[in-house]
Formats: sequence, structure tokens, C-alpha cells
Amino acid sequence: MTPSPEATSSPNRSAREFYLPPERRKVEGGGVPHVSAKNFSIYYGEFEAVKKVSADIPAKYVTAIIGPSGCGKSTFLRSINRMNDLLPNCHTTGSLMFDGQDVYGKFTDEVLLRKKIGMVFQKPNPFPKSIFDNIAYGPRLHGIRDKKTLDGIVEKSLRKAALWDEVCDRLDKNALGMSGGQQQRLCFARTLAVEPEILLLDEPTSALDPKATAKIEDLIQELRGSYTIMIVTHNMQQASRISDSTMFFYEGRLVEHASTAQLFTNPKDQMTEDYITGRFS
Amino acid sequence: MQLGTRKLLDRAFTALGFGSIAMMGLMLLVVLVPIVGNGIGAIVFRGTVEHRRMLYNEFHRGDAGRLKLELAESDAARSEVYGMLDRFEAEMAGMDAVRREEYRPKYEQVQGALRALLGPLPHDEAPALARLKYGQTRWDKAEERLHDLLFEKVWDYSNPDEMAKSYEVSRSAAFKGTSLVKLFPYVENNIDRLLQPRWTLYWGFITDSSIDAHFFGGVWPEIQGTLFLALGAMLFAFPLGVIAAVYFTEYARDGFLTSLLRSANSTLAGVPSIVFGLFGLTFFINTLKVSESKSVLAGSLTLALMILPTIIRSAEEAILAVPKTYKEASLGLGATKWHTIITVILPAALPGILTGGVISLGRAAGETAPIIFTAAVSVGSDIGLADVFSSPTQALSWNIYNLASEHEAAAEIRHVQYGMVLALISIVMLLNMTAIILRARISKKLKG
Repeated sequence: MTPSPEATSSPNRSAREFYLPPERRKVEGGGVPHVSAKNFSIYYGEFEAVKKVSADIPAKYVTAIIGPSGCGKSTFLRSINRMNDLLPNCHTTGSLMFDGQDVYGKFTDEVLLRKKIGMVFQKPNPFPKSIFDNIAYGPRLHGIRDKKTLDGIVEKSLRKAALWDEVCDRLDKNALGMSGGQQQRLCFARTLAVEPEILLLDEPTSALDPKATAKIEDLIQELRGSYTIMIVTHNMQQASRISDSTMFFYEGRLVEHASTAQLFTNPKDQMTEDYITGRFS
Repeated sequence: MQLGTRKLLDRAFTALGFGSIAMMGLMLLVVLVPIVGNGIGAIVFRGTVEHRRMLYNEFHRGDAGRLKLELAESDAARSEVYGMLDRFEAEMAGMDAVRREEYRPKYEQVQGALRALLGPLPHDEAPALARLKYGQTRWDKAEERLHDLLFEKVWDYSNPDEMAKSYEVSRSAAFKGTSLVKLFPYVENNIDRLLQPRWTLYWGFITDSSIDAHFFGGVWPEIQGTLFLALGAMLFAFPLGVIAAVYFTEYARDGFLTSLLRSANSTLAGVPSIVFGLFGLTFFINTLKVSESKSVLAGSLTLALMILPTIIRSAEEAILAVPKTYKEASLGLGATKWHTIITVILPAALPGILTGGVISLGRAAGETAPIIFTAAVSVGSDIGLADVFSSPTQALSWNIYNLASEHEAAAEIRHVQYGMVLALISIVMLLNMTAIILRARISKKLKG
């Protein structure tokens, strides 16, 4: 496989290499860009929130997005499954490809897209329904009515989210009665139940206590290799702990995109160094 | 500011708050106590034997054997009274013409008072109106009629500079020296035997239809009509209102047209109800011809139009109060907008939507002006569910107004009016209570 000219001409290195430490390159499907942005900009009205970002996101690895508040990292993440469509006056230029398909193409079905690109949000947001109905919401949505199949999906999803043992005897209880950490893991399970290819995590632990955070991090480690995961986080230790590659955003620009090990030990950009050493935040 | 002053101010505000709440409670008491007290009087009262006779004849209810005994005892006392009348008539026939003409009007007054008290006299023709067929059915009214029999109201016009004054003269004085003079003390002393008052619980007030323009019977047609009208209005207004609210909150873009529609909605909420009434007459009945004349359908449509803005506004608020994260979660799982609205947003907004709906339902039940021209009649035949498209109906709100102002014998049947007010208030309170309970239950289910 030869690197494409665009990839080599970008400030980042070839998409095929993906800045991965060697021991993490063994995952099947790794090394293929799952999402790739090219001169991708996002505007809120006149304001350019994300400026001409070009990047390739490797399949089945964990990519962390870090940067100070208001740098556009969440905006970028949410644009990947077109959640920004909910905001009025939001439009994009450049291209964003997912599996070779233009995310913002004229004929793209954003509903189908969101089925493939799942998302977990900053605040746990289970529906005010039972635990079972929360998980089964997605599968039901996509036409699964059979009770037995649903039971299977719910159990599988909860097991994947490491929540099954805690809630298996109260699936019919309201999800809002659980603790914050459990709720967030339920949101993971709910997203996993529709079998997405990509998981977008928008600061999934910022509303949780350290213990719950640790559980979520364990969960992300478990899911690595099965899903392409992108996680926005404010916590740099977290990014270095769980991610394979890291993107650093500053004022809407993608400053540096490198393997996590490299970015945190030997950043190329002065700004990145300043940020990760805590000179500004 | 000094600490002392601040604390003093805090206390003063607390006191003011408590004071205004206490004031409000007192006002509520002042309004509710007479309504409830008098309204219950329509159901619980001392009924006379005439009441039981009326129930037996008109509604075929009551203990026939006991009624027979009571009537026998009452008739024994009555025959004494009627005998005195006969004797006096014979005595009058023997008088000279001048004296006879002097007594005649006074005697006719006595006869009238006795008819009001005991029902038709033995030699009377059978009256056509139900109100004339029976004597006083209620003991409190009977006591007033007894007073009318014993005393005559006389007006004193002697001083032309002042308004005339009335005073009462004993009737027995007018018949001094005749055989009739014994009648007055006899009726006064034997009134219990004549009318046999007994505490009565008349549930029929709620379930019976009325007889002779509410003289007897109950208010079931009014209650039924009120329910028909209010529920009919909800049938049209609730779905429309919720759909409009969904459009406003989820689909409409902020623009000139949307803000125009919103302000139109607010304006509509402020239009006086009588205007809705007239509009309903000209539009639904005269232009669209939904019915030949007044009908429940036309009234419901008019009421629906009136409560629509409130329902839209409250549903809109309820939908806006649903956390945005629910919507994000649903869309993030690949749900369509429509599916998200149906399965996530509307269920979460349901308590708020229901509350607005039931408040509107209560308002529709209580409104008078919109149904004056479109649905309400004061007296009419009882209607069933099949007649709602063509028939007008009685309704509590309208009949309260009618009994208060237009009824030819309003003073005679005040208790019916109070009973209707109590029924209307109870219906509205019951609806609100249902809403509160429903809301609490759904909220509890949502919160887990």
C-alpha cells in the first residue's frame, strides 16, 4: 500500500502509519482510515469554529482529541455523525469522508450514518424509561421486534459495557434510578446495542467521580480493537492512558496529530508542548 | 445596610408573605363556604311528604307503603283544614253582599297561600304545571309559605315624602268573628302533621332530569351537557394543539412567519369569550352549517377554538422543558426526527401537556359566553350521545346564569342554582385533581 499524495503532503504523516506504537498495530483492520477530513471547516453563522482540518482517523483504534475549552474539539467530534445539524446556522466546507462516503454529501442519509457512528455524551442521558427499554430503543428503532432477540441484544450490550452483573436483576427499573457512572455505562451499552462502527465519546467522564471514571476507562480499553473510538477529553492523563493517537486542537485548528506516545513525550509543536506541560489550558 | 435593619426587613417580608397567603385563604373560604353550604342544601334537606309524593309520582321511586301511611296521616289533618274552608264558604254564602265582597279577596289570598303550602285544594281543577300539582317539597320553603299564610304584608303610603313602608298584619285578625279564624292556629300547630318533614338525602339531584323548568328533579342533563361540551372541545383542541406545539418547537424555523403565528396565538388567547361565541354562531352554524341550529357539535367547536391557544402554549412549554440530551441520545442512535418526537420527546413532555389540557378542559366546562349562541338552551329534552350533532343541550354554566337572572321563578328555586354551582365547581375540581394525580404518577414513572 502506497501512501496517497494528499496524506503525504499533509503536515501529518502518512495515514497508513497512524502514529501507532508497534504493539498496537496488530489489530485487524487497523491502519485503514475510517474517517478522513480534508480542509474541513465548520461555521456557526459567520464564526469559523473548526478551521481547515485535515486528518485521518485510524479504524479500530482509540483517538483522543485534546485542547483548551472552545478550541473546536467537541464541534469537530459532533460533526462526524452530523449532530451539529441540530444547531441552526451551522454549515461546513471541505470534505469529511466516512468509509469512503461523503458525510455531508447531498445524498447521505444522516439517520443511517448515526446508526453506524454512535455517540456517548458528556452528561449521562438515559431516557426516562426502564433499563431494558433504554438498551432496546435502538434495536427496536431498526426493526427488531422479537422479544428473544431483544433479550439477547440487551444482555450482550450490557455485558460489553460491564454493567450486566450490576443490573441484571432490575432491568425493568427506571434507568434514572442508577448512579451517574452506571448511567454513563448504560449509555455505552445503548450505543453498542445498535452495533455501530465508530464510537464518538464527548468527554464521557467529565461528569463522573474518579471511581466511575476508572470503570469507563476500563470499558474503553475493553472496546479497543472492536470499534473505532474517538474521545474528546479535558484530562490529559486520561488521553495518554487510553488512546493510541492524539489530536491537539487550538483555536479551531488541528495543531498536531501524532501517536499518543510521541505527542506526550516529544511534541513537534511548541504550542502542544506548552499545553501538555500545563503552561496554558 | 446594617445587620439589624436587614433582619428586620427579612422578617417584614416574611410577615407580608404569610399575610397575603392568609388573606388569599380567607377569600377562598369566603367564596367557597356559602357555595358548598348552600349547594349541599340541594341534596341534603328536610323534605316534606309532598317531596316524597312527587318522587313517587314523577320518578316512581320511594317506599310506597310508608308513603301511603304518611299520606293517610297528612290527609287526616288536611281534611280538617279543608272542612274549615268549606264551612267558611257556607258562612260567606249566608252573608249580605257587601260583607261577602269584603271577605272574598282576603279569602282568595288564604286559598292561594294554602295552595302554595299544601298543593291544590280539593275542589280545584287538576293543574297542568307540575309546580302547581304539589305543595312545598322543602321544609325551609314551607316555613316561609306558612308565614305567608299567617301574616299579610301591608304597605303604608301615609307619608308622601318617604318611600312606602311594609309591615305585617296577622290574617286571623281580618277574619275575627268568622269560622275561619280557627284555621290559622290549627295550621300553625299541625304543620308537622300536614307536611311530615324528614331529613332527606336526595342523590337524584345529580342523576335525575328536571321537571317543570327545575322546580323538581335534578340537574343530570346539565351535567351531561357540560361533559359533552367540554370533552367534545378537548377532542378537537387537544390533538390539534399538541401537533401545533410540536410544529412550533421542532419544525418551525425562527422567522417572520413563525413569530407572526406565535403572536397570533397569543392574541387569540386574549380574545373575549363572547367574541368566540358570536364567531361560532356566524362561522360554524351560519356559514359552515355544521348543524341546523344550536348543537353540541357547534358549541364544542367554538369552545375548542377558545382553548386551543392555551393548549398550544402549555404543550410548547412542556416540550421545550424536555432536556435536549434526550433528543441528542435518540438521534445519536439513528432515530428519525419524527420517531424521536413520538417515542422520546412527547412521552417526556406528557405531564406538562396533560396539565395544560386539563386546565383547558376545566375552562371549557365553565365557560358560558361561547355556548350561549352555539349550544345552550335553558330547557330542552334530554339528549343522548347520538344527538350531539344536531341537538342543543343544557349546560351547568348557562343554566346557572339562567336561574340567576331569567327564570320566571328564580327566587323559588335558589337551592337548584346553588346545587348547580356546586356541581360545576366539583366537576372542575375533580378534573384538576385527576390532572394532578395523573401528572404525579407519570412524573414518578419518568423519574424512576
